[in-house]
Amino acid sequence: MNQTNSITHFTRNSFTSRKEWYERVAKWLFQGMAFALVVPLLLIIGYLIYKASPSLNWSFIVDVPVKGMREGGIWPAFIGTLYLVVISLAISTPVGVLAAIYLNEYAKDNWFNRLINMAVINLAGVPSIVHALFGLGAFVYAARFGYSIISASLTLAIMTLPVIIASTREALASVPMNFREACWNVGATRWQTIRAVVLPNSISGILTGVILQVSRAAGETAPVMFTGAVFYKAIQKGDLLPYQLTDQCMALSMHLYTVATQVPGVKESIPFATAVVLLGSVLLVNASAIALRVYLRNRKKW
Amino acid sequence: MGDNQNSVLAAEYPAISDSKPVSRPRRPYWVITAERIFEGIIRLSGVSAIIFVLAIFFFVFKEAVPVLFSDNFNITQFLTSTKWYPTSAVNVRYGTFSLIIGSFSVTILAMLIAVPFGLGAAIYISEFCNKKLKETLKIIIELLAAIPSVVWGFIGMTVMSKLIVNFTNAPVGVNLLNGGLILAFMSVPIIVSIGEDALKAVPDSYREAALAMGTTKWQMIYRVLIPAAKNGLLAAVLLGIGRAVGETMAVLMATGHSVHIPLSFLDSIRTLTANIAAELGEAPAGSEHYRVLFLTGVLLFCITFIVNLTADLVIRGVRRK
Repeated sequence: MNQTNSITHFTRNSFTSRKEWYERVAKWLFQGMAFALVVPLLLIIGYLIYKASPSLNWSFIVDVPVKGMREGGIWPAFIGTLYLVVISLAISTPVGVLAAIYLNEYAKDNWFNRLINMAVINLAGVPSIVHALFGLGAFVYAARFGYSIISASLTLAIMTLPVIIASTREALASVPMNFREACWNVGATRWQTIRAVVLPNSISGILTGVILQVSRAAGETAPVMFTGAVFYKAIQKGDLLPYQLTDQCMALSMHLYTVATQVPGVKESIPFATAVVLLGSVLLVNASAIALRVYLRNRKKW
Repeated sequence: MGDNQNSVLAAEYPAISDSKPVSRPRRPYWVITAERIFEGIIRLSGVSAIIFVLAIFFFVFKEAVPVLFSDNFNITQFLTSTKWYPTSAVNVRYGTFSLIIGSFSVTILAMLIAVPFGLGAAIYISEFCNKKLKETLKIIIELLAAIPSVVWGFIGMTVMSKLIVNFTNAPVGVNLLNGGLILAFMSVPIIVSIGEDALKAVPDSYREAALAMGTTKWQMIYRVLIPAAKNGLLAAVLLGIGRAVGETMAVLMATGHSVHIPLSFLDSIRTLTANIAAELGEAPAGSEHYRVLFLTGVLLFCITFIVNLTADLVIRGVRRK
């Protein structure tokens, strides 16, 4: 009995309570910082939706702009963005996935492949306006595509390429090495292994990465502004295939810039509604990619 | 023993002891060829990133080159003069100094806001909050990163500029402060996600060792975690800078449009990127003005190249350890 009493227990003294106090302050401070990023954003988005509400309905999306874009809808811009996104990703996805397969499955760790990695990182960091200059110099003038959907899509494709490479690589790297070794041991070649084992097991991760690039391609303005997007293009209301590849087109992001800064006397809710439609579609696409990723992560067996 | 085994094998598998080699079933010739070709395509795609980086530099530089030999242009003036009169009839001047200062000032202001908040949020997400909140915050940060720059610019023009005019009595709301705030919002997601990765990479044994010595979480963070994750955090900041320097539409719409060196937070400025976006449409293709804009693009390319390369080297330094 005596012995248990002699054990010294920790007691609160001024030193430990000061420590606790600092800890609590630090926690609240960091928490405040984290929420300071999130809360204003939600308020801003709420405000945008509130200001956009007079124009925000289904017919706004499928109508064509009228009266010099001061009234009406955004159909030509919406469908134009769809064109640009689909074509650019149709170009960048195969190249990006194959490049990632090379880097993850074939490349040895030597100076040349380190150079490729460095190039991927730098390509991802090139400012969008420099991509625009490149698209203008290379596709519009040098390749003689002119100002067209194909020039704009190629520019966007090169812009989205490095991120597709990076996300695909991550998906490929998450397939355990044992899977490959098992396949090699039954005599499969490298490519057979990739086709039969690595790709089926990583396809969902690759898809998620590509879907995330949909929103990036849809949101970019500068690269399409100088390579193929125009202020205004007359098309039929609700027309699903209004553009040729060599046409210029309208784009949602560009349209927002135009109605917000270039056209005087626009009905006030129109730019807000355009911003909300652009923001809404981008966030919707991203949220579905994230949901897909969470679902697949929970289902994963290894 | 060995002999015995061989004879057993020979009895059971006559094919092995018969010295006739068993030929492996061969795949059809065209399958092998197709595979070779396909692997060739894969290798070619692998090199594509290098090709594109070089192509970007080549084409942008190619459009810019003729102006280097023009009479109206000299490189010192281009980098150090504040006189930007590209369309003047009699007194053409291509000095980008105030644009460079514009780019740097707005980037620095954005970083002053984004770095503490971004790293603070990264620390909170990585160390303090529970798992569920962590997942939610990470998803929100990821969605934050997806907001298009033109929407940010629009927010700057409408919401932020109104707030700035209300609170500071500035004559116009589109100015350096506005651009800095918007850019801070835009570069925070990348700082948070890379910073959080860096903190996650610190082994748990470091944390346990510190806590076992009786430190509080906060002492553990600033004495152990931050020094250990220093390089990763630095890389996060550098990538944030890279994003902020290269951002175009948001600063075009949110910083106003005057080419001069800002003296206060409430001055309007113009950045290198916004300048290209604003004037490229008006400059006739092949004109001197057009080529100078491409030269500005080369300058931007070099700046972001250096920043990203440094960030990469810093991150690689972490991995090697």
